[in-house]
Amino acid sequence: MTDPIVSIRGVSKKFPGGVIAVDDVNIDIAPNEFFALLGPSGCGKTTLLRMISGLETPTDGQIIIGGQDMALTPPNKRPTNMVFQSYAVFPHMTVEENVAYGLRVTGVPEDETKRRTAEALEMVKLSHLAKRKPDQMSGGQRQRVALARALVKRPKVLLLDEPLSALDAKLRDDMRMELTRLQETVGITFIIVTHDQDEALSMASRIAVIDKGAVQQIATPSELYEQPATRFVADFIGKVNLIDAKVLSKKAKAITCEAKGLGKLTFDTEKACGDTVAVAVRPEKLKISKAEPKAAGLIKVQGNVRDVAYYGDTSHIVVSIKGGPDLQVNVQNDSRTGGSGVERGQAIWVSWMPDDSLVLTE
Amino acid sequence: MDNWKDNRSVFWTLAGPGTFWLLVFFILPLGFLFVMSFSDKAIINGEVSITEYDYLTGISNYIRSVDTLYLTIIWKSIWVSALATVLCLLTAYPIAFGICFASEKWKPLLLLLVVLPFWINLLIRTYALIAVFRSQGYVNLALGAVGLGPYDMLYNNFAVIFGLVYVYMPFMVLPLYATIERLDKSYLEASLDLGASQFTTFLKVTIPLTMPGIITGVILVFIPCLGSFLTPDLLGGANAIMIGNVIERQFKAANDWPFGAALSFMLMYATFAALMLRAFLAKRSAGVDV
Amino acid sequence: MAEQMKPGSGPLDYGNRLWLKILFGVIFFMLYVPIITLVAFSFNTDRRGIVWRGFTFDNYVKAWNNSSLIEAMINSLMIAFIATLIATVLGAMVALMLWRFRFPFKGAYEAFMGLPIVIPEICMGVALLLFFNETGMMTAVVAMPWPLNLSNIIIAHVAFCFPFVAIVVRSRLVGFNRQLEEASKDLGASEWQTFWKVIVPFMMPGLVAGALLAFTLSLDDFVITFFTSGPETVTFPVKVYSLVRRGVSPEINAASTVLIVITVVATVLAMKLQAPQKSGKG
Ligand SMILES: Nc1ncnc2c1ncn2[C@@H]1O[C@H](COP(=O)(O)OP(=O)(O)O)[C@@H](O)[C@H]1O
Ligand SMILES: [Mg+2]
Repeated sequence: MTDPIVSIRGVSKKFPGGVIAVDDVNIDIAPNEFFALLGPSGCGKTTLLRMISGLETPTDGQIIIGGQDMALTPPNKRPTNMVFQSYAVFPHMTVEENVAYGLRVTGVPEDETKRRTAEALEMVKLSHLAKRKPDQMSGGQRQRVALARALVKRPKVLLLDEPLSALDAKLRDDMRMELTRLQETVGITFIIVTHDQDEALSMASRIAVIDKGAVQQIATPSELYEQPATRFVADFIGKVNLIDAKVLSKKAKAITCEAKGLGKLTFDTEKACGDTVAVAVRPEKLKISKAEPKAAGLIKVQGNVRDVAYYGDTSHIVVSIKGGPDLQVNVQNDSRTGGSGVERGQAIWVSWMPDDSLVLTE
Repeated sequence: MDNWKDNRSVFWTLAGPGTFWLLVFFILPLGFLFVMSFSDKAIINGEVSITEYDYLTGISNYIRSVDTLYLTIIWKSIWVSALATVLCLLTAYPIAFGICFASEKWKPLLLLLVVLPFWINLLIRTYALIAVFRSQGYVNLALGAVGLGPYDMLYNNFAVIFGLVYVYMPFMVLPLYATIERLDKSYLEASLDLGASQFTTFLKVTIPLTMPGIITGVILVFIPCLGSFLTPDLLGGANAIMIGNVIERQFKAANDWPFGAALSFMLMYATFAALMLRAFLAKRSAGVDV
Repeated sequence: MAEQMKPGSGPLDYGNRLWLKILFGVIFFMLYVPIITLVAFSFNTDRRGIVWRGFTFDNYVKAWNNSSLIEAMINSLMIAFIATLIATVLGAMVALMLWRFRFPFKGAYEAFMGLPIVIPEICMGVALLLFFNETGMMTAVVAMPWPLNLSNIIIAHVAFCFPFVAIVVRSRLVGFNRQLEEASKDLGASEWQTFWKVIVPFMMPGLVAGALLAFTLSLDDFVITFFTSGPETVTFPVKVYSLVRRGVSPEINAASTVLIVITVVATVLAMKLQAPQKSGKG
């Protein structure tokens, strides 16, 4: 791996009231990455981002940006710029003045300021509104001003706090693509904070999932989805069936366990575990059939259809099984007649390949 | 809200007494004062009468009020008030700012501490200042202990300005506090984040965005300073006179009511001018107060 | 790297800055030292009131035995009580009218109501002096028995107090849910009953707060009283003024302390009563 542009080492933040917002976080972010901090609201994402920008300081740990520990450096001395959740576009300045602000206050020559401001406005497609005041602009336009204002500084790292949360659905999709495009053109590291898994999965090259101030997993979107490290990640990213299981025996490379409603199962895993684990399997990996499936090695269980929800392209079927949790099965409606063809109350078999399920130890 | 025509009897019952009181005991007296300002003392048998007047004789009183002697006093009242206002602003701004950024636990107490003196009688507060600053007062006592003074700190312009600042400070703190408290702190953060120093941020973001509060505070302090009578009277001595003292003298010792009336109207016009300036400035900075 | 922040604090944590704490200390010291010394020295045995010589209530006893001071105090309280009563009724009525009705030139009317608040006190004082003189009210009233001889002062105090009451009461009324009024009428109450049983109880905290404000304003007023009181009638601030002109004495300290206590108690009460108004608005 190339040298990380941002390296967060053992960072904790305890607020005066006693809240531990960030708890011993370690993250390395490579140059040019589109990195997302993902987690439920209140998990400490914003606090972490603000510590990178210098608007908060950690109570513990190092924040190394471009090779220097900047944990206690004031924000105006850091090579980072932020797009605020509320945009914070100065209401007493025109769009142009807003964008030029960061250059003027740091003594960039006026002709260079003019040129770079014009370029930045061009980049976010706001040149025609240069003379407007922010109160005559829509939320989406103000956000572009905030983006241009940060990008014109050519920071090493651009920080974005929930950039899409205040936009309506249509604008949100446009902006999502625009941000990806911008990141590719300017070649700056983006760190984005979001609570929306779709946003993170579709934009980011890597994601750190955070819960209660602690990092749960750092991985690419597909790894997160297919190989969640913890129950929290599996549950937070997409839908998942989680079946509690009691460990019967542990060998070096395999676990044998008694999963609720499924009986005795053996999984190949090298992870250490305690007395209980969870079997996780995505709904779309499950198959249903009226007759007992005959193929060898399948995990299978019989149950009753409790609910069928029709979604056009797919149907979501909830199957209740004896002694275990309800399982959700998503099936493709690929024939034009009658959707999934199952009815409520019907007896049915659910099965899946063992490799499609995971055993989660934490 | 109802239209007044829907229930005229209730409307008039409610509106009547207060309006009547204000018309008879406020507007009418001002009318008398207005007429008086255009009048002169009557000359009876070749002598200037003490109690009789010739009404509506002309604008001689106003002409007299722009005489250099009085113009100097008016001018001095304005700059003394302006200086007191600026000093108020310079001390009140950090106070209001500090209260806004104090912890939630301390905020109400600090605010109460600023406002409380305001509820204590103006006369008593001024008297308290005299006790502190007079030549045998505590300040000179303290200075004497280190071998300095005593200094004459009372009965000069310095004492008047200090007294005005002391007395009207809460008027400045409150509107400033209200605007700074409402100010979205992420503007300041954005400025720092964009590379501006704390000082630049203060000059280019904090001050412009709290301008409405500054304007209100300045007007709220300037107007009562300009019309003040008690503070210059007690702290100012003979040569630190302001327009309020001249008006008082015309109505008491000098017994020249027509001239006093004219000066009163000059003072009122100045007050209205200040109020209009505020309305104008408020309109201009309307976009800022987001 | 020269500039560094403290671990755990942000760039906007000005509350922890030392210079700000020092500034606060200095300013509060300047604001309070004069008042605190005034109060403290009201208990001093030294006549000239410079050096602390010992604790005593003598100054209060002397002030109490000073009949002209007591008379002035009684006058002031009497004026404040009556003026408050009238100002509260007038102010409440105007507030109700402004709250309930829409009418032409309402903005101008509100500005008119605000005039006594913005006009310099001294102008109002001399205008009333002139008015009472020209109409003969000054001589007529001065000849009347106590407390009627205070009428002019009371009239003047009502004129500058009631607009304040109107503002306070109106801000209370803004939080009133007019559906309550409609519900009451729907239940068969007449307009008059609704007024007394629904609106007045709702207004009550505003009324009390407004009344306490009027009381403090009236008790504290010097300038307007100075001009509208005849030569014979003296109120407490006017009396203190004449004493202060003659010099500093511990008796004035004692009398002032009493007045400070009265106004501070009234103010704290008023603030307490106004506080729940905010939460009641929602
Ligand atoms: N200035 C602060 N003082 C005290 N607690 C705070 C402060 N800012 C945030 N917190 C707390 O820290 C936790 C994390 O907040 P935040 O980082 O804003 O979460 P997120 O952005 O993930 O929603 C929350 O519990 C929040 O209440
Ligand atoms: Mg957040």
